[in-house]
Amino acid sequence: MAKRQYSFLPGCSSRPGASASHYLTSVETVCGELDIELQTIPDWNCCGASLGHVGGGELPRIALSARNLALSEQAHPGQDLVTACPGCWLATREASERLRQDEDLMRDTQEALAAGGLRVRAEQRVRRLVDVLVEDVGYEEIGRHVRRPLQGLKVAGYVGCQSSRPVGVAGDSTENPTHLDRLVEALGGEPVPSYEKKVQCCGGALALSEPARSEGLLRGILEAARDHEVDLVVTPCPLCQLHLEVYQQRLARSGGTRPAMPVVCATSLMAVAFGRSAREAGLDGQLIPAPALEALPPGLA
Amino acid sequence: MGEAGKVMIEAVEDRGEDYSGDFLAEVEARVEEGEWVTMCTQCGVCSGSCPLGPDWEHPPHRIFQLIRANRRDEVLGSPSVWMCTSCHACVVRCPRGVPVAHVMHGLAHYAVRRGLAPADPPTRRLAERFWENVVRTGRVNEPRLALSLLFANGLAEGVRRTLRSRDAGLGLLKAGRMSRLAAVAGDGVKDPAELRAILEKARAIELAKAAALED
Repeated sequence: MAKRQYSFLPGCSSRPGASASHYLTSVETVCGELDIELQTIPDWNCCGASLGHVGGGELPRIALSARNLALSEQAHPGQDLVTACPGCWLATREASERLRQDEDLMRDTQEALAAGGLRVRAEQRVRRLVDVLVEDVGYEEIGRHVRRPLQGLKVAGYVGCQSSRPVGVAGDSTENPTHLDRLVEALGGEPVPSYEKKVQCCGGALALSEPARSEGLLRGILEAARDHEVDLVVTPCPLCQLHLEVYQQRLARSGGTRPAMPVVCATSLMAVAFGRSAREAGLDGQLIPAPALEALPPGLA
Repeated sequence: MGEAGKVMIEAVEDRGEDYSGDFLAEVEARVEEGEWVTMCTQCGVCSGSCPLGPDWEHPPHRIFQLIRANRRDEVLGSPSVWMCTSCHACVVRCPRGVPVAHVMHGLAHYAVRRGLAPADPPTRRLAERFWENVVRTGRVNEPRLALSLLFANGLAEGVRRTLRSRDAGLGLLKAGRMSRLAAVAGDGVKDPAELRAILEKARAIELAKAAALED
């Protein structure tokens, strides 16, 4: 039995062939390395994300997350529910909190769930994967697994929204979080604690619907990283990672001349530092390759 | 929050009123998290913190003010609430603890339900396609969602827009992050009909409550 076990919500984008499938590869590699067993919630569904309120209103949207909570507690009693995607975390955590605080909402939700033969208690903790890595595993233990330190690499830690708000990772600041910097440090890299755009929104879902308006946000995130002359940007959020890559591809097409800034998932960076292959780190899924990572000297045995 | 909403609903029902002319009471009773509106002190921190603040016709603190000024059509018909990226900067910074983003979401949904939301905000279209996509199989099918958006304005524009975004599509395809098969098949929950039964029941409960308020 693994040292730590969690009830796991992978989320729609992490499925094979979806936009964050490379991220899930790196998550699996890192969790395997750290003896963390992620037990996937059987028959999980979409969390409703940040747009579910429009079509789903209040009760149907909360019922979506309540179904995941119910399936999780049924299959994995006593375990924390852990999400790969910070967006899934926010929707699931909010639903769980509302259910515990609001008796009327709980009653209505039970009535809705009964149509699928389910009941929910919503008593388990709902956490992000990064919460688990930082709080339960910790920097020290992570550091012990490093076989290929990120020596000489300067890395901007882009935390984004849903890994800092409404609650920071392991109680970290919502305005100037440092957990990602400390993680980079534990992996042997050089963090940029004063990186100005670490909690700037990337546009979220609106990067798709309002691309022109989101571009200013994406540009700022990348320009601030360039100002610090970093080798790459790291983020715990697969959606931010996707948006920052796609935006730069669009720029290149419209005649942009600046070299693209590699943006990698936090777990990809960990897998590399753990001495795992580029494929195991999910780096073969990069739209913008990260040559600095590939150029690192081979790891210690 | 549930308590305040309940008291308000019962008091109004007793008098048999329908809120006409009292938009604040309407929002407090019928909009998700609407009971927070009177907590706003017009400090403007939410608007100053919003990443798309300058793009709002009426930034969030103005929306709160317009609700209290009874400007129903201006609030519900505004493209403003469709500019929320759900970044939660306003939520963590509001000195009064108002869940600003949630109130904006509540207003967006309510405006759609009342038929007063503007038809054109791209985020409204995205959100509606998104929900259809979720309800269909229980999980988001990204290629299907992207295509439904690209072709939302007909075939000709769809082809043009698809060509324009082909680099991103091809890049994702090549990187194994967009499956060719997913656009047609894609996996969902085992029994989407059962999930839909839950969602339909939830919707029915919500509509019954809303209807009770109309009487």
